Amino acid sequence: MEYIGDGDGVLRQQQYSLICCCRCGLQIEPNPTNMCVNCLRSDVDITEDIPKSSALSFCRGCERYLQPPNQWVKATLESRELLSVCLKKLRGLKEVKLVDAGFVWTEPHSMRIKVKLTVQKEVMNGAMLQQTFVVEYTVQSHMCDDCHRVEAKDFWRAVVQIRQKCEHKKTFFYLEQLILKHKAHRNTVNIKPMADGLDFFFTKQDDAKKLVEFLSAFVPSRYVTGKELISHDVHTNKYNYKYTISVEIVPICKDHIICLPPKTAQAIGSISPLCIVTRVTQGIHVIDPHTLQVAELSANQYWRSPFPTLVSPKQLIEFMVMEVEVVPERDRPHRHRTSNKHVLADVYVARLSDLGVNDRQFHCRTHLGHILKVSDIVLGFDFANANLNHEHFEKLKSERIPDVMLVKKVFDRTKRMRNRKWKLKRFDGADLETESVTKDYNDFLDDLEEDQAIRENVNIYKDATKITVEVDDTDDEGAPQISLQEMLEDLHICEDATGGEGAPMME
Amino acid sequence: MAIRAQFEGNNEVGVFAKLTNNYCLVGIGGSENFYSVFEGELGDTIPVVHASIAGCRIIGRMCVGNRHGLLVPNTTTDQELQHIRNALPDSVKIYRAEEKLSALGNVIACNDYVALVHPDLDRETEDLLVDTLGVEVFRHTVANNVLVGSYMSFTNQGGMVPPKTSVEDLDELSSLLQVPLVAGTVNRGSDVLAAGLVVNDWMAVCGHDTTSTEISVIENIFKLNEHEPSKIQTHMRDALVDTLS
Repeated sequence: MEYIGDGDGVLRQQQYSLICCCRCGLQIEPNPTNMCVNCLRSDVDITEDIPKSSALSFCRGCERYLQPPNQWVKATLESRELLSVCLKKLRGLKEVKLVDAGFVWTEPHSMRIKVKLTVQKEVMNGAMLQQTFVVEYTVQSHMCDDCHRVEAKDFWRAVVQIRQKCEHKKTFFYLEQLILKHKAHRNTVNIKPMADGLDFFFTKQDDAKKLVEFLSAFVPSRYVTGKELISHDVHTNKYNYKYTISVEIVPICKDHIICLPPKTAQAIGSISPLCIVTRVTQGIHVIDPHTLQVAELSANQYWRSPFPTLVSPKQLIEFMVMEVEVVPERDRPHRHRTSNKHVLADVYVARLSDLGVNDRQFHCRTHLGHILKVSDIVLGFDFANANLNHEHFEKLKSERIPDVMLVKKVFDRTKRMRNRKWKLKRFDGADLETESVTKDYNDFLDDLEEDQAIRENVNIYKDATKITVEVDDTDDEGAPQISLQEMLEDLHICEDATGGEGAPMME
Repeated sequence: MAIRAQFEGNNEVGVFAKLTNNYCLVGIGGSENFYSVFEGELGDTIPVVHASIAGCRIIGRMCVGNRHGLLVPNTTTDQELQHIRNALPDSVKIYRAEEKLSALGNVIACNDYVALVHPDLDRETEDLLVDTLGVEVFRHTVANNVLVGSYMSFTNQGGMVPPKTSVEDLDELSSLLQVPLVAGTVNRGSDVLAAGLVVNDWMAVCGHDTTSTEISVIENIFKLNEHEPSKIQTHMRDALVDTLS
């Protein structure tokens, strides 16, 4: 305890004569109370209104401290945050001026926190008294509301159900990468795989809405919101709802053959209704393989008159290329928007299953002229022998339907997988359980290699186990690859230290 | 000796009483307790008088006086003046001072020989002081405070100044007044000495809150304990030995 003078103490020491303390007669310097420190201390205690011990509530589940009235804050021992929680807990600090506060070291397991405080207060006759004391906090275990909810298995308020009526899961692999890259799953409490999709659980409706907005920015989708009444307080008119947002993704993917409704086809540039999907991003990108005309179908346009896919990649069969003839510039049909990545070609193909059985060949026009060579294997659809049930396809005139439509070139899968020097991050606990899922995943990886536009939305990491392996044969058939510049270095230390996913480091 | 007293629960006894070597004025209170203290101590030696000045009972702050005289402000009514005149001995001169600073007790501190006054006091009042009280007048401050009458108190034996008086100031005052001075407090640390204390050459009355330490300081500096047993061995020893031998 000491006095804080208003003037400079050194001068006063020289100037003033000593007086007797009015209580004990000790010779002291004059001060506003004219009492010695000991007498003043026995007379007034400026800390008497401040409790010397208190309790802190600590949630063991999430390791947070309760900051009254109902806020839980994360704070490590001896941190500034914890100090502010401790100080807010003390009543009576308003009457004094807090000069200094700091922790006194205590054993972490003792569940005691000691804070040393230095306070000042004006006592009688305007004398400032400064006093230092220690407040002891007992850390009490108290489960926070969030953890309580989790324990009670009643922790989600909102669920986002993402569904795609589609045979494969490639879209969801893509979504997984998007979500990982943008950390859109940060506030989810649970992710559950369901038939045809995923469920994302949230504690707040806002977080769910955020995810829905994120999704609608990246994939063509629509959503409906529903809510279920859990409880209702008639006195306060408070309603307790659980919200469900059902997001439906367009059931059309890359390499699907679709048949557009006539009106839609007209609307997006009078494209031929029978076309191939090249890419699905915010919209559906389609190409007409006979004319190289391209168009983009937005989600709105799709949902105005939805249609199912005509042919999915599983229905495609393999053809052997027998002859390739690039269509010269002058013979190409003139269209408004055409792709300059593709080359129009006349191709003669034979069914792979027909080889050695008969010599039947099909002629078709294709947009794959830039990559097809004689003896290549391509996936295509044999319209001549197909029986398709599709509302719009049935109305097409038969002369507008080709015998065969080629969709994509086939590369040697095993070699491609061996040469793949990169990998992707996955959600925790996401496994490739079945063979079909593994195949879908590999298809998705192939798609990434083939399309740079999709790749831009995805974080690709170097595969350290593969990158050192010397590539012996470089005579691959020009299968698309990802350059080293596009890959990210995975950060391993973070995963060890925190158990969470480390921030990817740019190479 | 020094005794403690209270005026209707108030410790500032110097406000309600004026004590000199020749007379004592006491303010008119609701009860006679305060008066009885003075009457009991002084009744058989000097007159103890109930008085009011300008209808107020804070007479200690309104008037200034010593053995030779008494100066009252010009707000004093004729009747009050007459009453005081009748009660006091004839040797005491009483005058009304035409002074702007009418609380004379706050601006003038005096004993029977010297007076310390507020630096802004009128020249006429100063002359009146010389004539009435028979004192030498010095304009001075104490502890940077112009209200010398409130903040210090001295008699022919000694005096007290507030704690914040510098050593040089103390020495200068001491040589001006020709009495020993000491820095001290009354009423448990109060530095308004003249308000908490009335004193003459033989006795002092201080507020009820005054601690024993403060009392001992007061008794020492005003030499109020001359007749203690210890004093027989020191001061009176020579005289006693002289007569006995």
